[in-house]
Amino acid sequence: MILTKAQYDEIAQCLVSVPPTRQSLRKLKQRFPRYLNGVGRNGAAPVLLELANEVDYAPSLMARIILERFLQEHEETPPSKSVINSMLRDPSQIPDGVLANQVYQCIVNDCCYGPLVDCIKHAIGHEHEVLLRDMLLEKNLSFLDEDQLRAKGYDKTPDFILQVPVAVEGHIIHWIESKASFGDECSHHAYLHDQFWSYWNRFGPGLVIYWYGFIQELDCNRERGILLKACFPTDIVTLCHSVA
Amino acid sequence: MAAVLESLLREEVSVAAAVRWIARSAQSSEDDPGEAAALSSLRPLRKEFVPFLLNFLREQSSRVLPQGPPTPAKAPGSSAALPGRPGGPPRGGRGARSQLFPPTELSSAAAAEAPSARRGGRRRGPGPGRERGGRGPGGLEEGVGGESQPWTGGRRSRGAGSPGSPSLVRSDPPNLSNLEEFPPVGSVPPGPAGTKPSRRINPTPVSEERSLSKPKTCFTSPPINCVPSSQPSVLDTSPWGHGLPPGCRSLQEEREMLRKERSKQLQQSPSTTCPTSELGPPLPSWSGNLTAESADPARVSSRQRLELIALVYSSCIAENLVPNLFLELFFVLQLLTARRMVATKDGDLEPSPGAPDSLESPLFQSVHDCVFFAVQVLERQFQVLSYLDKGTLKLLAENERLLCFSPALQGRLRAAYEGSVAKVSLAMPPSAQAVSFQPETDNRANFSSDRAFHTFKKQRDVFFEVLREWEDRHEEPGWDFEKGLGSRIRAMMGQLSAACSHSHFVRLFQKQLLQMCQSPGGTGGTVLGEAPDVLSMLGADKLGRLRRLQERLVAPQSSGGPCPPPTFPGCQGFFRDFILSASSFQFNQHLMDSLSLKIRELNSLALPQPEPSDEDGESDVDWQGERRQFAMVLLSLRLLAKFLGFVAFLPYRGPEPPPTRELQDSILALRSQVPPALDVRALLQQGLRARRAVLTVPWLVEFLSLADHIVPLLDYYRSIFSVLLHLHRSLVLSKESEGEMCFLNKLLLLAVLGWLFQIPTVPEDLFFLEEGQLDALEVDTVASELGLDGMPVVDQHLLYTCCPYIGELRKLLASWVSGSSARSGGFVRKITPTTTTGLGAQPPRTSQGLQAQLAQAFFHNQPPSLRRTVEFVAERIGSNCVKHIKATLVADLVRQAESLLQEQLVTQGQDGGDPAQLLEILCSQLCPHGAQALTQGREFCQKKSPGAVRALLPEETPAAVLSSAENIAVGLATEKACTWLSANITALIRREVKAAVSRTLRAQGPEAAARGERRGCSRACEHHAPLPSHLISEIKDVLSLAVGPRDPEEGVSLDHLEQLLGQLGQTLQCRQFLCPPAEQHLAKCSVDLASLLVADHIPVLGPPSPRGLERGQARRLLHVLLSLWKDDFQVPVPLQLLLSPRNVGLLADTRPREWDLLLFLLRELVEKGLMGRTEIEACLGSLRDAQWPKDFSEELATLFRLFLAEPHMPEPQLRACELVQTNRGTVLAQS
Repeated sequence: MILTKAQYDEIAQCLVSVPPTRQSLRKLKQRFPRYLNGVGRNGAAPVLLELANEVDYAPSLMARIILERFLQEHEETPPSKSVINSMLRDPSQIPDGVLANQVYQCIVNDCCYGPLVDCIKHAIGHEHEVLLRDMLLEKNLSFLDEDQLRAKGYDKTPDFILQVPVAVEGHIIHWIESKASFGDECSHHAYLHDQFWSYWNRFGPGLVIYWYGFIQELDCNRERGILLKACFPTDIVTLCHSVA
Repeated sequence: MAAVLESLLREEVSVAAAVRWIARSAQSSEDDPGEAAALSSLRPLRKEFVPFLLNFLREQSSRVLPQGPPTPAKAPGSSAALPGRPGGPPRGGRGARSQLFPPTELSSAAAAEAPSARRGGRRRGPGPGRERGGRGPGGLEEGVGGESQPWTGGRRSRGAGSPGSPSLVRSDPPNLSNLEEFPPVGSVPPGPAGTKPSRRINPTPVSEERSLSKPKTCFTSPPINCVPSSQPSVLDTSPWGHGLPPGCRSLQEEREMLRKERSKQLQQSPSTTCPTSELGPPLPSWSGNLTAESADPARVSSRQRLELIALVYSSCIAENLVPNLFLELFFVLQLLTARRMVATKDGDLEPSPGAPDSLESPLFQSVHDCVFFAVQVLERQFQVLSYLDKGTLKLLAENERLLCFSPALQGRLRAAYEGSVAKVSLAMPPSAQAVSFQPETDNRANFSSDRAFHTFKKQRDVFFEVLREWEDRHEEPGWDFEKGLGSRIRAMMGQLSAACSHSHFVRLFQKQLLQMCQSPGGTGGTVLGEAPDVLSMLGADKLGRLRRLQERLVAPQSSGGPCPPPTFPGCQGFFRDFILSASSFQFNQHLMDSLSLKIRELNSLALPQPEPSDEDGESDVDWQGERRQFAMVLLSLRLLAKFLGFVAFLPYRGPEPPPTRELQDSILALRSQVPPALDVRALLQQGLRARRAVLTVPWLVEFLSLADHIVPLLDYYRSIFSVLLHLHRSLVLSKESEGEMCFLNKLLLLAVLGWLFQIPTVPEDLFFLEEGQLDALEVDTVASELGLDGMPVVDQHLLYTCCPYIGELRKLLASWVSGSSARSGGFVRKITPTTTTGLGAQPPRTSQGLQAQLAQAFFHNQPPSLRRTVEFVAERIGSNCVKHIKATLVADLVRQAESLLQEQLVTQGQDGGDPAQLLEILCSQLCPHGAQALTQGREFCQKKSPGAVRALLPEETPAAVLSSAENIAVGLATEKACTWLSANITALIRREVKAAVSRTLRAQGPEAAARGERRGCSRACEHHAPLPSHLISEIKDVLSLAVGPRDPEEGVSLDHLEQLLGQLGQTLQCRQFLCPPAEQHLAKCSVDLASLLVADHIPVLGPPSPRGLERGQARRLLHVLLSLWKDDFQVPVPLQLLLSPRNVGLLADTRPREWDLLLFLLRELVEKGLMGRTEIEACLGSLRDAQWPKDFSEELATLFRLFLAEPHMPEPQLRACELVQTNRGTVLAQS
């Protein structure tokens, strides 16, 4: 599914009616005492989750903020990130049983953030990499994958580097990066900066596959050496060894 | 000087004798005694003859080429010796442009003329079209320059534009600084016998503070800032960085001042003006002049005199007595294409009847004279012409004037054109390619610390980001490099702290430089050692056409006159600006080191050996390769040397020479003790001795072209210039004998040297003064064998690539054809090499002794390709041998090390002791085995090399030659491999064992189980199982429903739950898409699910309404989960979470509490060996510590007792399981 920017913007508008902004956070701070009151009355009630819904904030992020505050009050020293992450992953580690339940509730009810969702995202990414690898094998294109590259000491590693470059739609491809997401403006620019250009800088032109589509206008660096596709390319031209 | 010319004209002296006299200081025995006598009296003037002649010609032609291009080079004082001319006051201090060629020794004979000679200098300033700017006939600036000259009327109407060289007209604004050249129109000529005109060659810029010492600008080309802004590439080419060089800026100020002056003049003498706009475009009234006058051989006046002077002039050119061959050719072509004679008003041009053959009357009295003279000279320069590119030859051959004046020459030119294959075309510039990441030099092991490694990682990205931005934006008007990128570059440079990081960055920088800028245009070219681009490999016909079309579209215009200043065109500008913006001392130093090293390396690269005269096609193919390789090396060297010169002289550079002698002396004293960045003198001498001047001199010229004003005065560089001058003089093109340099090689050297002598920083007097010291170096160039110089390594393509300004000749001729100055010569294009070839790294020749000599001798009589093949094979096999040893012997040793380590760990317990100590023990046991590497390596080379050599050599190679070649390859490969192995094998083993040890020790750690025995899916699996991401998502939904909040009617169907667990089983069995993190989350979710089942928290859909599960259903589901945990999960399952306070706490909410499911689960866990009793006991124990409602605590205690009361089942595997489970627990805590 390739969307034009206009189409995407329309959808995005519908999705996010109220942005999670600073104002929301301010509201949140005002409401913090309410959490204590709320759970004081009934520990099993979904206080934290409702709080998050009320200020239009992702429940797992809300849980994180509350947890941070909680730990700060209980242990003087501000908690380290890894401790918090670990507690979010396994709320059983949270000293306060009620809060543990509240946090757990937030996490399983969050569709966008949180360790579970992160894991789902990661799993989807991995699954598509596996799919891509299968397609490459099927096409008989030899490649080096990320792990092999890392073992060789490469500092930046795309998902696959082709050992023999191919041409896709007339563009030379040295590497392929799989992205199991929709390529919107924001994420694409971040990827360009952190990954794609870095790959180009080291390995030359390459291909990015956004399995869930992308905004058409973003595919503007073809000549520069970054090609976008929404599926595995069909017209791959390989180097012919038989040509004398 | 004029006396010499006069005596020539009077035929007192023969031309041959005169030229001999000029060229050599000593008298030759061939000289006629009478001639000798005539000349000897003039001896002190000998050195001044050539400059005089050049200026004389320029001056004489001034009416024909009023706005002509900048032909006159640095020629010293022009009409100094003309009789009857009043001496002007001496002008200017040292370094003033007016003193381009001040007489060096003022002998008594010359003394009288000296003052006027000093006033000479260049007649034509940097702006060849300087008189174009809408000025009326004559000038208005009389007196402004401080010098008032009587003027012959004939000079007046020079303002009428001749479109002689339109391209230059386009880019060259009027140079108003040359004030003395523009006398008032109304001034009365003092009479025919009066003074001769004095024409200045240089601009005389007006400056408020230092009117006498003028800034030097590049002579023969337009001031850089004067180019219209529509030409960013030219604008960008200032060698000294951003914006306009100060010299140019001052020119603008001058122009402003001149404008004021002029308006003053206007008021004073209104009669002199003609209604023209200042600095405006050519006036309509000129259009009449655009049509060329036809030239007629019959109307040539004083034929004999012209012939004679043409002969002298040609001889001077042939003897390389002129500084720049191509400049003279350009001048001659200008004469050939002169449009029409400027009309005179006062008849001054009529030949004076009294002295028809003297210098008193103008040399060129009509266009006919000019063309006649030009053709005379061209006839004598035919040889050079015939080596020009095909396009130029065509234009020459088609020139109707040439046909008219000399059908013979035209015929020869046509023949040369038809035989010429010297097509110079432009390659399509490939877009910028980044330097690829090379693990050998770029991985972590090459950096001192992780931080340095990551810093460099970031820097690489910033560098290319900056480069990309530059590519996108540098042509935008108003974009400024420093403003746009300066701070980012400096921030990046600021991070380079360690010296090692600098060298890494410099390596990247230099590689990218070579990759992008090898061609003069700087946009294209393939990098050294890399394959040519795909398009050139395809070579299809259509592509060719497409390419030509593209050439036409992208071809840049003029290169800036026949003698442009050094510039950094195209991508080179980026690298120059980067250096300037970075302004990092460390970076510059590292860059210089790196450039010097690379220059040395390339300069000493073994290039093609003389090929036996093999006439078949094969050797021709080989030669193409050799030439390409030579061109690649030469172009790379020139680029590197240019940047080395740029960086090395950067701190000393300024637009002007030091203002006073004292200052200059003190600077000289200071600078003379600074060692040169690269010992170029030694390299030059080596190059001459080895007869490789054709390689060394062109890059040396690039290096010197960026020198500052002081450099040529330093003893070290002065001696280099002496050598170069001597070399220049010795490159007589007509001399062709055995052992001489090839013609095109000579032509290339003459072109680059001629260009160098015109660079503003090179002292103007240098060319004519250094003569005295020349002879000393003669012996040096004697060479024993034929070097590169004697081989036809240079072709027209390379010549034009190195010296794009030669293309100005073609442009001049083409503009004659087009006949319109409006079409300002946009067809001269940048020339870039079309093809490039890689340079295989040549192995160092380490073998010594007789065998080595024999091998050398063997190759001597074989084609060079054989040698390259053998060396290549040896190099590769040797390198592969090392890799082979690494993969076999070393890998075996590593395996041994691993098993030894395992033993060690078993005997010494889990931690196995200090890793460093362990490593020592292992290495002491294993390293001695490294000795086998040499034998194995030898075997490998022995086995592999002959086949490779055989495959690469032609089949008809004689058996003996083949076997010798094989043996040598084996020997060289073995030597290479064994040298490396014997030096490094121990270290290699150590390194690999160390890596293995740390791997093994890490594998002992908690994650071992996770990584240990991972099973794949069965062979028959078709990977149709549900995707892990889907499952996690589904289970998450169930969990969120169970945890709430939910609507009253929401729930999960039992079927769905069963289906979900079934799918989980499938996914865990098909492991195609499963990654460890996903599996871990699945494990944890399944445990959560079990807890919710036990606590009866899952709302099940069904009639009549959501309710809890029946106990039997729950047990069934728990059974499924238990078997998944036992059989299918390959990551540790955090089962202890089942007994975490949170999950057990779920039971607290249910009324009535159901404990039997929990008890059932615990029993099953123990039964299946998933958890040990002790572990469960520990968990239950810790549960009691938590705070519970009183009744709940009691029930918990009961459960505890119940569980403990059960018979203890001693299972043999129990212990192991417990261990594993403990590990699992820690995993979770750590993850």
